[in-house]
Amino acid sequence: MSILVVEDLAITFGGLIAVDGVNFLVEKNEIFAVIGPNGAGKTTLFNMVSGLYSPQRGRILLAGEDVTNLAPHELARRGLSRTFQNLQIFFRMTAIENVMVGRHLHEKRNVLSHLFTLPSVHRQNRETRGKAAELLALVGLTDVAERPAGALPYGALKRLEIARALATEPKVLLLDEPAAGCNPVETKEIDTVIKAIAAHGVTVVLVEHDMRLVMRISSRIHVLDRGRTLAEGKARDIRSNPAVIAAYLGGTGAQEAARAQS
Amino acid sequence: MAEFLQFAFSGVTVGAIYALVALGFTLIFNSSEVVNFAQGEFVMLGGMATVFAASAGVPLPLAALLAIVLTIAVGLLLHRLAIEPARGATPVTLIIITIGASILLRGLAAIFFDKNYHSLPPFISGEPIIVAGAALLPQSLVVLMGVALVVVLLWAFLAHTMTGKAMVAIAANRLAARLVGINTSAVVGLSFMISAAIGAFGGILAAPITLTNYDVGTMLALKGFAAAMLGGMGSPLGAVAGGLLLGLLEAFAAGYISSQYKDAVAFIVILLVLFSMPQGLFGRSKVERV
Amino acid sequence: MARLLNNPFLLVIGLALVVAVLPLFLPSTFYVRVVALVFINALAVLGLNLLMGFAGQVSLGHAGFFGIGAYAVAVGPTHLGLPTWLALICGTALAALLALIVGRPILKLRGYYLAVATLGMGVLIAMVISNEAQITGGPNGMPVPRLVLFGWRAVGPQVWYWISGITLVIGVWIAINLIESPTGRAFRAIHDSETAARVLGVNVAHYKLTAFVLSAVYASVAGSYFVLFDGFVTPDTASFLRSIEFVVMAVLGGLGSIFGSIVGAAILVLLPQFLTVFHDYEHIVLGAIIIVFLIFLPAGIVPAASSLLGRRAA
Repeated sequence: MSILVVEDLAITFGGLIAVDGVNFLVEKNEIFAVIGPNGAGKTTLFNMVSGLYSPQRGRILLAGEDVTNLAPHELARRGLSRTFQNLQIFFRMTAIENVMVGRHLHEKRNVLSHLFTLPSVHRQNRETRGKAAELLALVGLTDVAERPAGALPYGALKRLEIARALATEPKVLLLDEPAAGCNPVETKEIDTVIKAIAAHGVTVVLVEHDMRLVMRISSRIHVLDRGRTLAEGKARDIRSNPAVIAAYLGGTGAQEAARAQS
Repeated sequence: MAEFLQFAFSGVTVGAIYALVALGFTLIFNSSEVVNFAQGEFVMLGGMATVFAASAGVPLPLAALLAIVLTIAVGLLLHRLAIEPARGATPVTLIIITIGASILLRGLAAIFFDKNYHSLPPFISGEPIIVAGAALLPQSLVVLMGVALVVVLLWAFLAHTMTGKAMVAIAANRLAARLVGINTSAVVGLSFMISAAIGAFGGILAAPITLTNYDVGTMLALKGFAAAMLGGMGSPLGAVAGGLLLGLLEAFAAGYISSQYKDAVAFIVILLVLFSMPQGLFGRSKVERV
Repeated sequence: MARLLNNPFLLVIGLALVVAVLPLFLPSTFYVRVVALVFINALAVLGLNLLMGFAGQVSLGHAGFFGIGAYAVAVGPTHLGLPTWLALICGTALAALLALIVGRPILKLRGYYLAVATLGMGVLIAMVISNEAQITGGPNGMPVPRLVLFGWRAVGPQVWYWISGITLVIGVWIAINLIESPTGRAFRAIHDSETAARVLGVNVAHYKLTAFVLSAVYASVAGSYFVLFDGFVTPDTASFLRSIEFVVMAVLGGLGSIFGSIVGAAILVLLPQFLTVFHDYEHIVLGAIIIVFLIFLPAGIVPAASSLLGRRAA
């Protein structure tokens, strides 16, 4: 059974058909990339899968369960997590506190116990903090743990969002342009992190523009253009698919892709 | 039937004043996204300043003109001293600043004027006109005509003059308006001045019927805001429709249900509108993109 | 000094010390009375700060809950024969219940829509109080029977200084516990990015409501204390002006700063006391303060001071 199934998803925004009947399956432990030119509907697709938008047509199945139209926090409970293209960091909280929020689902949430300094709450705070510290180490942010997130550089924030999303212990992690705005060094770091995540047993679905990154790490690639599926397959098949090259990769893009594989 | 008409007449008269307050809100909101709670104080200033100028010996028409000029100046000062410096603040901070301004203006009015109720002589004196058993004050007609005049002038201004169109442009997209060379700060300042004039005009028209007092601003602002929300925040047509509708609802509620809770109608309206159709009757609903 | 202001538990101990020791330095019962009023207002503002400063919502109608607490201890004993302590608890429960019912639809709103909806709620509460003269004594108010516990009457500035001071310390302790807990982190996450909070499994609607109900409880207790101290209650305990004053206290002191709530309350309570000569100018001063501070110091006094001190230490 595929861990994530997207069936005939569609949504329209005031006359503009943003996503028009997209279908794909994602298998457990894959790194599945969704690519396409700007405006192809990739983030919109993510927003539907993560419960922020309600699709007007179609279904989403997570581990076999129909989760279409469920609220984002319900999806989080069922093992779906995501990062954001335009960074939704908690800027007023420290780096480690950001990741601690990610542990929310795994904490006891009885408000009454939180009002009084019960030892169980203290113990839980320590556990949460410990877990958060581990995740920060995974993404290489240990030395900025106590800094306010608002003071961190862009590349660090991208990795922080990943650590935070991982804190929910997801089965499926949606990464929305994790390398956007990153320089080549930062992109290599993200690359390593994503491979480590997949090695830990988390299925990764990736939206990305950086073709080198995509070709290097993806198991399979799904190409969107103007809200519709253009092609799907392994990296080398997509790279040599004439329709994809024509619509998207273009001359220079194809060269870059060829170089990445070598 | 006579009773129904009586309520309708008084409702529409008061509603016309609410419409003017709502128009003032809308104008400022459209050009700057600020909800100006000091709007009610403009109405108060129009009435009170006219009363005091007249009692100092100034002939009534001139007193009214002076009052409007004074209020326009206050509107401009409000923009320059309280709103402009706070540009970039959150919407809620801006609301609180305008609330602070209204408290300040009220305090000044209590000192420079007084705390008593005052009236103005009606513009057209004479016996009430009897229509199907209900009495319609000539001043009510003056109020309605005054509001209609303001609406027509405002429409002409917004649709047919360069400055007016600039105001509409700012409402649509502030950054784009600046990029094409519109001096947004000056235009927003102008919107404050026009709103002040509209409010003051309303205060002068209403004083013969509803009396005026240093304290009338708060309730008027809240009710005018309710009217603007009912009609659809940002729609001038909605402001007028909302104002008249609110006035009628208030009058009928006071007449048929309970006169004690007359003032509550506006707030119940606000809550109902916000819960069920936040965009109001004529507004456009916002689409939020993540 | 900056670190002292920021370490939460030191704050509770520091506050407890100040409350315990301050009376030794106050020259007369007039000052004791004023400080008691500061404590009572700070309690209400603390609750509002949890809602506005931490959870990032806004309420321009919070005096409504203050008024409910105030009238509960007047109406309960007078018309229902309840002992005052029970009336206080009932009033708090009523405020919490109202917050629960009204909060659900209201908190779906954001920004100025939410501000105006809460404003409407507060004004409606004040209107009901003012109109139901048979029960509440109407616009003129009604007397409040004094608190009697085990035969001992709680009357006088000293007594209420201790009652309100101890309650404030407890209130601050609870607030700090809350902030350093999953619930507190959820509040702060909602404030910074509702979308991200949702996606991380935070039930945003539930936590907004929790913040709203908690802040109503704080306000209601403060309202009860306020009129039990005074011996009389009037509808302006629930007025729009009082709601605005609470918000100004919270913002002035610094939203998101517990110490700030106390500072803000102190400023707005002390100012008119020492400006009694200028009683007529109260509104002018209040209005001017609001405008000036929100333009130049929108983050509030305590955060501004603490960053200033922090920079000097560096």
